[in-house]
Amino acid sequence: MSELLTVNAVTKAFGRKVVLENIHLHLEPGRIYGLLGPNGSGKTTLIKLINGLLAPTTGEIYVDGSGIGPRSKSLISYLPDKLYFAEWMTTNNLIDYYSDFYEDFDKERAYNMLMNLNINPDEKLKVLSKGTKEKVQLILVMSRRAKLYVLDEPIGGVDPASRDYILDTILSNYDENASILISTHLITDIERILDEVIFLQNGRTVLSAAVDDIRANEGKSVDELFREVFRCY
Amino acid sequence: MAWKIDNDRPVYLQLMEHIKMQIATGELSAGDRVPPVRVLAAEAGVNPNTMQKALQGLEREGLMYSNRTEGRFISAETNVNQVSTSYARELTVDYYGNMKGLGLNDQEIVKTLEDYIEESGG
Repeated sequence: MSELLTVNAVTKAFGRKVVLENIHLHLEPGRIYGLLGPNGSGKTTLIKLINGLLAPTTGEIYVDGSGIGPRSKSLISYLPDKLYFAEWMTTNNLIDYYSDFYEDFDKERAYNMLMNLNINPDEKLKVLSKGTKEKVQLILVMSRRAKLYVLDEPIGGVDPASRDYILDTILSNYDENASILISTHLITDIERILDEVIFLQNGRTVLSAAVDDIRANEGKSVDELFREVFRCY
Repeated sequence: MAWKIDNDRPVYLQLMEHIKMQIATGELSAGDRVPPVRVLAAEAGVNPNTMQKALQGLEREGLMYSNRTEGRFISAETNVNQVSTSYARELTVDYYGNMKGLGLNDQEIVKTLEDYIEESGG
């Protein structure tokens, strides 16, 4: 099978501080990957490299065979770890904005999700709560028919009931050939939807395995394994 | 029957058990079409690849077969009794192992079970 994302020997340093060291990743189409690691392990930096917001110090990244550039950006739907929308815009404005920007944007999908989460698209962003803004942002990202979804902490500020809805939405909406890379701390919530997990620690990959293999070999959940591997003394 | 996924065992094995239970209880019977992978996965709240793996496992065990164009079906030879017998055996193995783990001997285990059956009016 051809690879959807290849990260080859990537190192990223900010001045003298090495944030990622010799990272290799090979993501296949049609799978959901969890990018897990404690604070400061390099998750967001790796995601920014994949999305072309930062350039690697050494090493290469390919998306569906192309280097990072306009083509890779058209294939990836990216949810950053920050809210970046203008507060004066309404959700309706944003939907128009997104469909102007991205050919693969599916308006109907977006309106469906907004309805199911009881979000009024006529309201301006400044009157929405933090959690609701996060939902809007995630809905926009998941409404693209992208090849790769890269979600940086997608459900952090969202209540548990909506979290379930969002996870189910992710499961039922992504194309069979698309893949998802999710970074999160909320492992228990998300474990059931992951195929594989990648553990990052101090900028290095310490583990990369299928969730069911971890459960079979270790007799514990990924969440328990995470707590063990990254125990703080 | 709601899908329940424990934390300590592979998800696909638990999905297989759940579907076996549905066959054992007659919720799914011989000749029934199995819902599409994506539908089942959404219902169980799991990754479609994991559900796919579970269904393939059930096919290997002969409980289902797939037809290239029409989808997956519960095998005609699938004998409900056979499935429930083998499922009952699995549960018994677990139960026996757990009781042994508590340090009970065989007679005590049988006695406990008999007492319980009596109590529960069975």
